[in-house]
Amino acid sequence: MASRMLDLVAALGHRLNEKLIRLGFATRFFFMLLVYSGQSFTRLHLTIREIYFSGVLSLLIILVSGLFVGLVLGLQGYETLQRYGSSDALGVLVALSLTRELGPVVAGLLFASRAGSSVTAEIGLMKATEQLTAMDMMAVNPIARVVAPRFWGGVIAMPLLAAMFSAMGVFGGYLIGVVFIGVDEGAFWSQMQSSVDFREDIVNGVIKSFVFGVAVSLIAVFEGYDSAPTAEGVSRAITRTVVTSALAILALDFVLTSFMFRGV
Amino acid sequence: MPDHDSLVRIKDLSFSYDERPVLDGINMEIPRGKVVAIMGGSGCGKTTLLRLIGGQLKPTRGDVLVDGRAVNRMGHEELYALRRRMGMLFQFGALFTDISVFENVAYQMREHTDLPEELIRDLTLLKLNAVGLRGAHARMPGELSGGQARRVALARSIALDPMLMMYDEPFTGLDPISLGVIGQLIRKLNDALGATSIMVTHDIHESLQIVDYIYFMSAGRVVAQGTPDEIRASTDPFVHQFVNAEADGPVPFHYPAPPYGEELLRGAAHG
Ligand SMILES: Nc1ncnc2c1ncn2[C@@H]1O[C@H](COP(=O)(O)OP(=O)(O)OP(=O)(O)O)[C@@H](O)[C@H]1O
Ligand SMILES: [Mg+2]
Repeated sequence: MASRMLDLVAALGHRLNEKLIRLGFATRFFFMLLVYSGQSFTRLHLTIREIYFSGVLSLLIILVSGLFVGLVLGLQGYETLQRYGSSDALGVLVALSLTRELGPVVAGLLFASRAGSSVTAEIGLMKATEQLTAMDMMAVNPIARVVAPRFWGGVIAMPLLAAMFSAMGVFGGYLIGVVFIGVDEGAFWSQMQSSVDFREDIVNGVIKSFVFGVAVSLIAVFEGYDSAPTAEGVSRAITRTVVTSALAILALDFVLTSFMFRGV
Repeated sequence: MPDHDSLVRIKDLSFSYDERPVLDGINMEIPRGKVVAIMGGSGCGKTTLLRLIGGQLKPTRGDVLVDGRAVNRMGHEELYALRRRMGMLFQFGALFTDISVFENVAYQMREHTDLPEELIRDLTLLKLNAVGLRGAHARMPGELSGGQARRVALARSIALDPMLMMYDEPFTGLDPISLGVIGQLIRKLNDALGATSIMVTHDIHESLQIVDYIYFMSAGRVVAQGTPDEIRASTDPFVHQFVNAEADGPVPFHYPAPPYGEELLRGAAHG
């Protein structure tokens, strides 16, 4: 019995140790990424290409999802507000939900599954087929040339995508609320305008989406770079990117929200 | 082998992956201007040796000197400066799959030089022409056959006219005609550029014709060496087995394992 317990503790310690080593490796990787980021800006076309791949190619799914989320918000919001006779506030409700929470969070989740997974797959496959080693042998640093532009591309694309998601959502809310249900158009927009605060709501939302962009992009490039160089290793890395990103976004959202809106 | 002017000098080199020893006390001299072949059974550590020379792996013991400096003690900057003068053909090609054949070959010119576009174009087509694939310059690597991809990889590895070339099995997947042409190309490039080449290969007959010196490896050690003439005349059992492609001899065909009969019996006992 005692030895079973001991085994258990040892196994646990081993797991913990492995996790710590990986965390240390990830920290070192992040540090290297920052050190070798210069090229991503001096050779801007490398980064622009990645903004295109992770940003523009995620655009359609972001816009469509934003529209649907806005439509649902419009319906649910109207349903609840009209019970209290305040359906004029629908615009405020839709806009605040989107800029503060749903825009950054849902766009982040979509971004992780659409762009993050493909970045992991790309880097993982390049590693598995020795392309990264070949690059390193040609005296071209793979972190500077492959990893950093993908990281910064994601970091730049993510807030823009979240903003578009929110804009599309507001449009969805407008469609349902004003066009279909018949909420007063003037009230919808003017209440939104007077109640949504730039500093409190918009800027905080942008900060959130930026933080999520950093988290998702870092997880995606790290998982790809750290993947086992086999087909199985790459597929597991992709799964880890999506799962870890989702958890990171939700956990970070809680932390950020509790700091940002604690006075309210 | 005369050791007065070696570009690469390997001294008492040992290496292990995790706990498993792969190389054990290797000594080699690669003289300037020569083409040297490294031969040995599959899995005996040839690719590992090239990686150690390129500084991708760190030895557990011993040194790799290139141009008089220990590769395994170099910092990042110095290593990269050296690698700019090295070319390496990878065993599996390792072409960049997201850019065209042309861009693959032009890659290092774009990364490391400020050459004007027309010159890059001319040089790239020249290299592709040398491997017989100028016509395929606009294709993507995924659209090439195995042998074509390796020839493109060869063109890419010689793109900057390196002083030290390392070829990991340049002849695999080539038909007899391409094989002869590529063999001659490796020799001619080496002589025209005054470069030095290390070639890992299994093709003893092709190598005997083009190389200056041959090392035989087995189980992580150098077991025989000599010039092509010495090798042809050799009575060494290793060399004999290799030249005549015999299954029985000092080079084991099998990965280390318990006797087969024993294993079958053990399986029967369990089943
Ligand atoms: N990344 C690795 N991790 C652990 N062991 C490895 C690794 N790469 C190679 N090995 C082992 O090291 C030994 C030497 O491998 P290496 O690739 O150098 O052989 P090789 O001589 O090039 O063989 P081949 O002619 O088949 O290419 C092999 O037994 C192999 O199993
Ligand atoms: Mg090999």
